[in-house]
Amino acid sequence: MIEFRGVTKRFPDGTVAVEGVDIVIPPHTTTVLVGSSGSGKTTLLRMINRMVDPTAGQVLIDGVDVATREPVALRRSIGYVMQDSGLLPHRTVIDNVATVPLLRGTRRREAYARALELLETVGLDRSLGDRYPSQLSGGQRQRVGVARGLAVDPNILLMDEPFGAVDPIVRSELQQELLRLQGELGKTVVFVTHDVDEAFLLGDQVVIMQQGGRISQAASPAEILARPADSFVAEFVGVDRGKRALHVTEVDGRRIVVDAAGRPAGVLAS
Amino acid sequence: MSWFWANLDRIGELMLVHLALSVPAIVLSFVLSVPLGWIAHRYRWSRSVLLSICALLYAIPSLALFIALPAITGFGLRSPVNLVIALTLYGIAVIARTAADAFDSVERDVRQSATAMGFSASGRFWSVELPLAGPVLLSGLRVVIVSTVSLATVGAVIGVQGLGSLFTDGFQRGIQAEIVTGIVATIVLALVLDWIAVMIGRLVMPWSRPRIARKRPNPGESASRAEAA
Repeated sequence: MIEFRGVTKRFPDGTVAVEGVDIVIPPHTTTVLVGSSGSGKTTLLRMINRMVDPTAGQVLIDGVDVATREPVALRRSIGYVMQDSGLLPHRTVIDNVATVPLLRGTRRREAYARALELLETVGLDRSLGDRYPSQLSGGQRQRVGVARGLAVDPNILLMDEPFGAVDPIVRSELQQELLRLQGELGKTVVFVTHDVDEAFLLGDQVVIMQQGGRISQAASPAEILARPADSFVAEFVGVDRGKRALHVTEVDGRRIVVDAAGRPAGVLAS
Repeated sequence: MSWFWANLDRIGELMLVHLALSVPAIVLSFVLSVPLGWIAHRYRWSRSVLLSICALLYAIPSLALFIALPAITGFGLRSPVNLVIALTLYGIAVIARTAADAFDSVERDVRQSATAMGFSASGRFWSVELPLAGPVLLSGLRVVIVSTVSLATVGAVIGVQGLGSLFTDGFQRGIQAEIVTGIVATIVLALVLDWIAVMIGRLVMPWSRPRIARKRPNPGESASRAEAA
């Protein structure tokens, strides 16, 4: 379990990235931090592995304040996947995946064997192992990024807009892949995005953040749609514009669900 | 041409001496400029100071430096050590800015990703920043190689033997072939060292070769993406 208690981050130049944040992130679920740029969602994420230290408040992992943990060791125990994969361009795919295990002192042969397994876990061919990142497509790089994040079998996986830089088709593939993986592995995933649809698709809990790093609402997607906390949330998720409004119409005796623009979204199962 | 064949031994000997003067200076200026470049990259305030000093260094007339150095170092006027020191200083002047740029050229994302993975500060320097700065450092090194080999010929004026001796001797005795030989030998030496540097670069940075980068058919995803398109 990850817990934020009254967390504030003020940068030396006076900008407040995060203010008075309290969140509980339950284990083995996916929590998505969603908000526009400048809402402090990435700052919040980076407080978990101490890439950013809060100016006030505490971040706890399983009840232990991360401020008491040595940052390098802490980071090696937490998976991290970033936008555009953040792979080391001078290392082959297999070396990239094996990086953290090797840093932790796993023997080379063991680390490589595990890395090859992980490539398959994320749906990549083992033969890609000796390629350099620049020889892969954007989607493949992102899969390698996920494999690298999982390399030490961490309990916690932090994902910072991991699918932001790939085209929509590949993004949707990767999202499905992540859902499948999460179904199998059950990690505590903290996922940052600015895309509400992505947040609703992936999140068990969705945390909606607004400018100035305040939390507007933290709840399940269904709850947020049913009871948006305020007008900001309603606008952000599109309830107010009727974007989320679906209607049922009857066509040839079957009930068809139609979205706000009149486009059929699917058939209502009885 | 007959002068060339008759003096082959001496030319070979001078080439070796020239190498013994330039290679230590090249290596030293490279090794010293890397930390300088890193400091200039890491601490913004130091950048303009360090790089200005390096630029000023280059403005010192070489002859003046050669004459002043013995007084500072305590080595004799004709000691090759002074020449190596002078060449190193000029080398640093040439490469320091490139070294700073080299570290600047490492992408911020990659740096942050290295930190996020749990590299310590020193681990990140040796395993990520230095190798990724490599291609730009190499381009700086190549300039230093050529400029040092050519500048080392000035040593002949203050009595340190080298390929420059072929110029001074050729001028004094009016042997044109000797002067031409000196020029050609200097250029050949510079080109050979440059080639060696490029080869070493390819060996230690196989990932930086543009030919292997990008555009190769990928198994797996490329198929599904092609269908999608």
